[in-house]
Formats: sequence, C-alpha cells, structure tokens
Amino acid sequence: MNAMAGNYVTADGRQIGGVVMEMKNITLRFGGVVAIKDISFDIHEGEIRAIIGPNGAGKSSMLNVISGFYHPQEGEVWFRGSKRPPMKPYEVAQQGVARTFQNIALFEGMSVLDNVMTGRLTHMKSGLFSQAVWKGKAEAEEIENRRKVEEIIDFLEIQNIRKTPVGRLPYGLKKRVELARALAAEPKLLLLDEPMAGMNVEEKEDMSRFILDVNDEFGTTIALIEHDMGVVMDLSDRVVVMDYGKKIGDGTPDEVRNNQEVIDAYLGVAHD
Amino acid sequence: MEQDVTSSAGLASLPQLLARNAEQFGQKAAYREKEFGIWQSWNWSQTAEEIDALALGLLHLGVSEGDHIAIIGRNRPAMYWSMVAAQAVGAVPVPLYQDAVVEEMTYVLDHCGAKFVIAGDQEQVDKVIEVQESVKGIEHIIYYDKRGMRKYDHSQMNSFAEVQASGREVRDQYSAEMKRRSDALDYDSTCVMLYTSGTTGRPKGVVLSNRNIIETSKNSSEFDDLRPGDEILAYLPMAWVGDFIFSIGQAYWTGFCVNCPESAETMHTDLREIGPTYYFAPPRVFETQLTQVMIRMEDASKLKQRMFHHFMAHASKVGPALLDGKPVSFWDKLKYSLGNALVYGPLKNTLGFSKVRVGYTAGEAIGPEIFDFYRSLGINLKQLYGQTEASVFITQQPDGEVRSDTVGIASPGVELKIGESGEVFYRSPGVFVEYFKNADSTAGTKDSEGWVATGDAGFIEEGSGHLRIIDRAKDVGKMADGSLFAPKYVENKLKFFPNILEAVVFGNDRDECTAFLNIDLTAVGNWAERNNIAYSSYQELAGHPQVIDTMRSHVEEANASVAQDDMLAGCQVHRFVVLHKQLDADDGELTRTQKVRRRIIEEKYADIITALYDGSEQISTETEVTYEDGRKGSIKATLKLVKAETVAPKTLMAAE
Repeated sequence: MNAMAGNYVTADGRQIGGVVMEMKNITLRFGGVVAIKDISFDIHEGEIRAIIGPNGAGKSSMLNVISGFYHPQEGEVWFRGSKRPPMKPYEVAQQGVARTFQNIALFEGMSVLDNVMTGRLTHMKSGLFSQAVWKGKAEAEEIENRRKVEEIIDFLEIQNIRKTPVGRLPYGLKKRVELARALAAEPKLLLLDEPMAGMNVEEKEDMSRFILDVNDEFGTTIALIEHDMGVVMDLSDRVVVMDYGKKIGDGTPDEVRNNQEVIDAYLGVAHD
Repeated sequence: MEQDVTSSAGLASLPQLLARNAEQFGQKAAYREKEFGIWQSWNWSQTAEEIDALALGLLHLGVSEGDHIAIIGRNRPAMYWSMVAAQAVGAVPVPLYQDAVVEEMTYVLDHCGAKFVIAGDQEQVDKVIEVQESVKGIEHIIYYDKRGMRKYDHSQMNSFAEVQASGREVRDQYSAEMKRRSDALDYDSTCVMLYTSGTTGRPKGVVLSNRNIIETSKNSSEFDDLRPGDEILAYLPMAWVGDFIFSIGQAYWTGFCVNCPESAETMHTDLREIGPTYYFAPPRVFETQLTQVMIRMEDASKLKQRMFHHFMAHASKVGPALLDGKPVSFWDKLKYSLGNALVYGPLKNTLGFSKVRVGYTAGEAIGPEIFDFYRSLGINLKQLYGQTEASVFITQQPDGEVRSDTVGIASPGVELKIGESGEVFYRSPGVFVEYFKNADSTAGTKDSEGWVATGDAGFIEEGSGHLRIIDRAKDVGKMADGSLFAPKYVENKLKFFPNILEAVVFGNDRDECTAFLNIDLTAVGNWAERNNIAYSSYQELAGHPQVIDTMRSHVEEANASVAQDDMLAGCQVHRFVVLHKQLDADDGELTRTQKVRRRIIEEKYADIITALYDGSEQISTETEVTYEDGRKGSIKATLKLVKAETVAPKTLMAAE
C-alpha cells in the first residue's frame, strides 16, 4: 500500500479517514548525534499506527517530536491540514494530542480519580477566581468534567480503585490509569509510549482489548510504540519501522513482516 | 391440597404486585444502581413504566405465551425488570448463572428451549452465540450494555434500549394484548424457572408458581417484619432462588428498595454506602470479611490491637445476650456501650452493617465462632435453612432464639417431619410445582401428599423445636468400626481457621479420616508477606513447609474440638494433604453456589486419596484445570502427605 494514499478500508472493515498528521523529512540531532534522519510518514484519521524498531532506533524521539517535546532541526510537522509552528507541549495538548509515558508519570500520592481529573485540564475554561469561589460556571464545569471522567473509569473498568492512591496500585493498573488520564483529555490523536512494557500476558491482552475498544468506541486515532511484535502486528493497521534513526519500512503488518530490511534489522546482519 | 387460584388480597402475579406498588409507593425508590460513581435510582412508577415498555417491546418481537426467556447477567435493575416483563407477556423467565461456561449454558438453554435471551453484556452475548452453534432454538438476543456490540450481526439481535423504544412506539397496538396476557395469570401460573446447581448430576429446572413465590414472600416478610423503606443489596447470583425471593418476591410484596452494586469488585464499598437494613450472605462471605478484619487488625498499631481484643472479648461475653434481650448487669451494659462507641460501631460501619435489622446466612453451616463474632457486635444475624424446591424457606430462627448449632423452627406455613432414615421432609405452600421435563425426578422428590425430601439428615430438638442438620443424608456414613461419619461437621471446624478456605474430609467405610485442605490465599499470602516468605504461585505457597506446619497445627486443634463430641470423636483427621490448586466450580469440583461435590473430587483425586491411606510420604500428581474462558490445561505437583496428632476421646480434659 502506498503510505501516502488517502482514505482506505482496513482488513476488519473500518473506514479510515484522511491524513491527520504528517511528518515531512524530519531530522533531529542532539549535538553531533543524529537521532532521526530524514523521516517522513503520515497518520490517518481513525487508524492505529505503530512505530517499531530495535533499541535506540529513535522511536521515543519520534514520539516526542509528535508531542512537541522535541523540535526537529529540519523538516515539518503538519497537523490537520496546516503546518505546525514550534510549540510548547501544552499547546500541542490543547490541539488534541494526548500521550502516555514509557515510565509511568502519574501523581503517586493522589487518587486514581484525581489523576484522571488532571487529564481534563485542557478543557477547564473558568478562571482562577471563579474556581476559588466555586460557584456558577466553575461548579458546572467540574460536574461536566467529572461526568466525562466517570465514563472513562467505567470504560476502563477501574471503578473499584477510583479512590485508591495511585502509589498503592500494581504496575499493570497504573498503566491503565495513565491511559485513562490521556483519554480524559478527549484527544484527537493518542500517543502511547510502550503501553505493554513490563506486563504479563494477561495484562497485555487486557490492554490490547482496551486500545482496540478506545479506537472503536471513541474513534480516536492512535500512534503507539511497542516492543512486543505479536501485539504490534495484531493491533496496528500500519507500521513504521525505524533503525538507527532511519525509516526502513512502512506499510501493513504483513508488508512489514516480509520486508528484508526489517528482518535484517531485527535478526541482525554482518555490517561491512 | 385444595387451594384457590387467586390469593386473598387479589394479588396473584408479579405484574399485579408491580401495579399495586406503582400506585401505593409511586415516588419511593424501587431500584438503585451505582453507575458512573453515582447512585442512579428509579421509583416504583418509573419502574412500572420501564417494565411496561420492555414487555411491549417483547410482544413486538413476537414472544408467545409459555415461551421461556433466558436472562443472563450480573445484578442490574434492567435484568430484574426483564424477569417481570417476561411474566407480563405470559412467558417464563429463566435466570442463568452468569459465570457458567458455554458447556453448562448449552445444556440449560437447550433443556428449557428458550427462544429469547436477554444478556447483560458482550461477554454473555459471545457465550450465547457459541451456544447457538448447537442449540438452534434461540431466535433472538437482547443485550443491555452496548459496549463492543457495534460490529455484531444485528439481524437477530437488539439492544435493550431499542426494544424498550420500539415497545413505547407500539403501545397502542399491543397494550390490549398485554393486558389480556397479564390478566390471564393466576396463582398457578409459572412465576419463574430456576436451575438447581446440583451437587450431583445435571441441573434440574425447578418450576415455581406464583403461589410458591408470593405465599412464601408474604409469610417470610411478615415473620421478620420487613417493610417499605427497607434496603437490600442485590449481589448474589440472579439464578439462585434466594436472590429471586429477596430481590423480587419480598421486594415486590413489601415494596422495599433493591440496590445493585457498580461491579463485583466494588461490592464492599457499595455495601457500606447503602447500609442495608436487610442483608443476606452465605457463610463464605462472612468468613471472608472476618478474615479481612483480622488481617487488618494485625497490621494496626499495638494500642488499637489491645483495644480491639479487649472489647471484643467483652462483646462475646454480653453481646449475644443483649441482642436476645436477656438480662445483663448494668456495668456490663455500660462497658458494652463504651465498646460500641470505640470499636463495634466503627467496625460495623466499615463492614457496612450499621443499619442491619435482619441478617441471614444459609447454604452451608457457619462456624460458631464466626456466627458469634457478628452477633456479639450487635448484628442480628440469623440462620435459615432452605432449598430451591421450597422457594427457599423451610426453617428459620425467630428473633431471640438464635443459636449457631440449629437452623431454627419451621417457617410459617411449613410442616416438618423426620423420615425413618433420619432424613428431613417438609410440606409448604412454597413447594415447587415440578422439575421441568423430568417427571421421574419430580416423583422421586415429592410424594403424592406433597412431602418433599430434603436430602439432609437431621433431627428436631426436644424442647425448643429447633431443627438441627447433621449433614447431607447421602454423605453421612459409617466408619469401618461402625461409628458415625459426618464429614461436613469436621470440615466446618477446619474452615473456621482463616488460613483454610476449603476442606474435604474422607473416611466412609475406612479405619480413619483424612482430609484435603485449600489454603486461603488472602490470609496465608498476608502472613507470607509479613514474614518475608517469597512465593511465585498458589502452588508454591501451598507447598511451603511452614504453611504445612501451620495447617498441621490447625488440624490438630480441630481434632481436639471434634474429640469433645463422643458421637463424632472417630471423625478426627489422621492424615491430610494441602492441595496444589484451589477447588473450583469451573473444574466441576464445587457447585456454582460453592458447595463441595464429593463424588467428583473423590474420582478426580483418587490417586491422592489412595496415597493418604497407604502411608506414603509424598505423591506426584497431574491435574486438569479449566480456565475461565473454557480452555483446558494441566498442572503437575508433588504433594506432601502429613500426619496429624489425634486425641483419644477419654483424654478430653487433658487435651484442654
């Protein structure tokens, strides 16, 4: 499949929309180290897009470029039809991009509910003063936000830990809470940085189910980085493969699986 | 037995009771369910409207009179409405156990010939679709929770909300027909069909009429003075007769409110938030809660621990007497009220029992120490004895006559007699109509005069008139030396220890008794954590030498207690084994109501039982297990067979 093709229909019959985000010739350097070298790919509306590659391939850097944390020295990021100027991460978040982190970044001392509520921050419009007085608009807004958060808690089946401090939860559940917080922002584009890392088989199956359900129920576009090949191949519609900062493959899981360069990168070849 | 076809009050069916409640209690809460973190509620008139809409929708879908409608899901108001709506259109509701695997569900759906299935969520729908491969009679599936259902083929499937919406649209067209069908219901019409889990053999469909349900609900509600304004938490399986009587029968008769928890995991939080006034739980739930209290007390500060133990000792001395209204000295009363302020009150609040006026436990014998613990806190916990075939109630304990070793006096309207073999028989208005499509079994259980065999051995105590159950009639046997063998009696003693979740005792026709034990992962796991004992699986923890030592001391303590009863002293456990897996309903080892199925366990673990009697030190075994999704696997283990000290009956005093 041509990566630049427009709308298409996936194997399981979902209609995929037009391009939401496009990376054009991105190059990212840290001093003399080239983390990403001249990479271009796009993400379509409603699809699950994976970025894979061996350790140090530049996957997380790529995700950080998308989320606005890193600013590439060369290349352009196009989001929903317009070129994105260099932005702060919170401005990117306001545009409707939410993410989870490889090493969980939750507020350990706060309850699950409060953690997920922080995800609503970009949707809070009332000012500091009315928040403090807690009347009228601020109150109505809080109720609306809480309703949204409760829907997500219900969706991810974490009702029983609603009031539990995050620090007391096992790893797998923390990951789920982090997903809940990202979803609370009602993102157009959801970035997941190794959502299955460190999980056992059962937790991975649960998380896969939730990712598919999120995509299906909310129509959220998802870009994810993952090491577990089985998971990536099952979940994603299209896969970008990176190695040493370069793109070495792009296409459906089947196309990527049979790509010689990808096989070499994963299994290793003698470098001349 | 000549009986009228209508009841005295002219209320002969659930739809009629619903109409009365909607009129009489219109604005009072009928159902509550916690969803999205908030308790949503429906009053009686809203409930009547919801059920009406659903019933009309069912008519529109083509439900005929006498059809069976299977209902599968966790306790939610919509599932309860489905039962009443089914009756309103002349169909028979058949609630199924929601955790049943496909195989069990196939048998029941095939046996009852259900054309319609109302399922709670995607998980249940998936199972029904799998059942449809072999059972062709299922025409239509209605599901309540829409999540994940979008991609399914909807040609023979609808959401609950859609059925209700279509029902509201066609109201004018069908309301006459619905009225005709509802009016045709009398006291002898079938109210519900419930499948017994059965400790042996295939499940049987117990047909209960409106008379059975409504008479029983009326009698039992009056017995305990249940009234509108009472609150219950509906969390036990909907396919179980008890839930049907409490959450539908009694709720509709008296008009109290049924509260549904948010999910199975939040049950304890929800219990605490609701604070029910009428509460039922099987002994296992009370055991689990007591275990949790004890575990948490061990983690509490020294001061709190001392305060807890001091006041609990006082409570066990005077608490039950206060509850029974017996005289207690002034100082004891004063100290009890101090304890109530400091310990009992807060503890009851944590457990969710602050407002309980009537509490029941049944299904299994409850350990006397567990029973007394709750009674001493001032919770009016009582025992009842019942069966599906009796619409629950056979005997129950009246206020003021509560004891842990009896199951009470005959419930209102129930006659009791003891057969020659010692088996208990009863006759009551609640006695079931028949086993569905099984005339042989019906005749074998119920005689021409309406007496039903319980299958339990027991006797009526002289003086008090209380019934005492010894054991399942078929489980009571003789040891090789001719002394009485009652396994349940010993098992209950063992299960009182928080570390022991389940016990199975063998010894029929043998020289001595032996036992299988299951550790309680919560209690033993907590102990392991505090003692820095690492383990990676249930199997490893169960086989840990220190755990086995603890188990041995528990068995020896239980032996000492068994030895006190001259009749049963022969039932002391000589050798035991800690099993490498938890006995599970999915493997057929327990019933869905968590009762031990002895025959199956004896067959399955024949090698271990042989080893228990041939004196070997250990045994290697391989066991088949079934996972929750129905796949099978197997686990291998080498188990240690342990000898426990026993007490000679005559040295009783010395053992103390």
